[in-house]
Amino acid sequence: MATIREERSSTIPSLGGGSLVIPEVKRKRRDSNRPIWMEEPGPLMKIAKAIALTFVTLIMVFPMVYVVAVSFSSAKDVLAGGLILFPRNPTLESYSAILQGGVVTRALQISILLTLFGTFAQMVFTVTLAYGLSRPGVWGSKFVLYLVLGAMIFYPGMIPSFLLIKELGLLNTYPALIVPGLISAWNLIIVRNFFMNIPADLTDAAKIDGASDAQILWRIILPLSKAVLAVIALFYGVGIWNQFFNVILYINDSTMWPVQNVLRQYVLMGSNLASADQFAPNQAPPPAQSIQMAVVVLATVPILIVYPFLQRYFTKGVLTGSIKG
Amino acid sequence: MATLRIGGKSSSGPRGKTFSTPLRKRLWRDRWMYLFILPGLAYFLLFIYLPILGNFIAWKDYAPFVGLWESPWVGWANFELLFTDPDFQRALINTVQIEILQLVFAFPAPLALALLLHSIMSERLKRAIQSIVYLPHFLSWVIVIALWQQIFGGAGFINQLLANQDMDRINVMSNPDLFKPLVVLQSMWKDVGWGTIIFLAALTRIDTTLYEAAVIDGANGRRRLLDVTLPGIMSIIILLLILRMGSMFSTGFEQYFLQRNAVGPEAAEVIDTFVYTRAFQSGDWSFATAVGLVRGVVAAFMIIGANWLAKRFTGEGLL
Repeated sequence: MATIREERSSTIPSLGGGSLVIPEVKRKRRDSNRPIWMEEPGPLMKIAKAIALTFVTLIMVFPMVYVVAVSFSSAKDVLAGGLILFPRNPTLESYSAILQGGVVTRALQISILLTLFGTFAQMVFTVTLAYGLSRPGVWGSKFVLYLVLGAMIFYPGMIPSFLLIKELGLLNTYPALIVPGLISAWNLIIVRNFFMNIPADLTDAAKIDGASDAQILWRIILPLSKAVLAVIALFYGVGIWNQFFNVILYINDSTMWPVQNVLRQYVLMGSNLASADQFAPNQAPPPAQSIQMAVVVLATVPILIVYPFLQRYFTKGVLTGSIKG
Repeated sequence: MATLRIGGKSSSGPRGKTFSTPLRKRLWRDRWMYLFILPGLAYFLLFIYLPILGNFIAWKDYAPFVGLWESPWVGWANFELLFTDPDFQRALINTVQIEILQLVFAFPAPLALALLLHSIMSERLKRAIQSIVYLPHFLSWVIVIALWQQIFGGAGFINQLLANQDMDRINVMSNPDLFKPLVVLQSMWKDVGWGTIIFLAALTRIDTTLYEAAVIDGANGRRRLLDVTLPGIMSIIILLLILRMGSMFSTGFEQYFLQRNAVGPEAAEVIDTFVYTRAFQSGDWSFATAVGLVRGVVAAFMIIGANWLAKRFTGEGLL
């Protein structure tokens, strides 16, 4: 739509070399995009649509706004109860309380490091295998591809996977949270499809110039695939940041827990965070509910930070591009 | 339509002639490719295929202190237990009930939302709404349930409102009778927006000349929806529907595990949580493995069967 409007007021070069400025015509905004054959919906229909969309959007947004508001509220306001959509006396008490060091701070550090290292390892394994399987005519690569497809169909099961990690001596270590999920077969296929759609002429030309396959991957394939790699990396990163169940399975030591598990312990199971953290002795601790909500917010913020980048690519069809229509 | 291209067609070009080159030369020529394949191959063999073989303990009476190899073989005893164990049967019934509810309510919801979004004329408004409705998909289950508890929980927003009005509190989050509708609503909240992506992509690919022709023939909005839009995306609907059937016995773990204590296993035990509790809390490793194995085999057959059906009805499948 933006491009269409730009064109309307743009200058069109004429044959004479000068340019003809077309003044923008004032139009009703709402029919700018409507196909010529589509009638304007009736007022009732419009109202119904508006209500439905507002309802859906509100349902999605409301809990998040509420939680953020409570996390910034002071003890008095929370205890008074009622509708808090904007903190009446905004305070950072809860955040400073949990960020003083202690359980949540440590959990956030663990989660950040796990996500960074884990995503890097996943990307290396996924990209190399995807590239290795992307070229037709490599002897044996079809067989490996079938192994990958088999992994999409059959899930080995929780107990054998656990016993493997146990036998490898990885219980209660951080690699146990990264290694079992190094490659997602779905992500691998998306990346491989993208690689395969890069014109072979480009790589052939490099080959003739004497480039090795490693150089082709590094110099040609990867720079051309930035968009899809960004999306896959963000998928992986969000997956590790959000992982909860693997931690339950593989990490017994609660001092090693990342943020999701700590969040569950204090927010869903109701363990008292105030007693777990050290507060200044003669100072009333912030209300438990605000602290809990501050943990929820802190566990969500990284997702909210990467989300706009992700969002940009969804609509561009990076992912749906791999789905032939 | 909508085939995830997995096999891929080999491109013609200099490599098309590979079959005339001797194997030894080809292996050497592609040495870098093998180096790239190796780590990923090792991963799949070690962390997918080795555990698949590890399912052999389903035929044993495994006890951790006895060891994997020394534990006695028991034949099919663990599988026979599937037919008699009441806890397993309850988990199976819960799983199937929840999956049916998901199929009836959660499956069509993204389609409805996608049609609604598709009818928005302002591109900017559409983008804005999409950004909002996609977001919950990226929140972890822990956060989603924490959010729901803040709204519907005992001390949550709604109950505070009710208390302020001197009305009775309502019990949503820890009410076993409401648990199944609740988890379906939670799943819908989390994924309805995300589910619209594939439908929106399919909607934009419908040939607009079909609409023009329909209008010339005098079709109104409802007729266009029924005669142009829905047929245009029918193949993707069938494909997704069949895939949904393929995952019939895998409700997922975290959503149920996190809320199991609040409502009790009677209402919340599903197959995945059953496997976990049987192994890690009752120490019944071999039976839990047998349950997991049967579920895995049934799921695999359903995916393959669903794919076959999709190929028959829509001409193309996923694999």
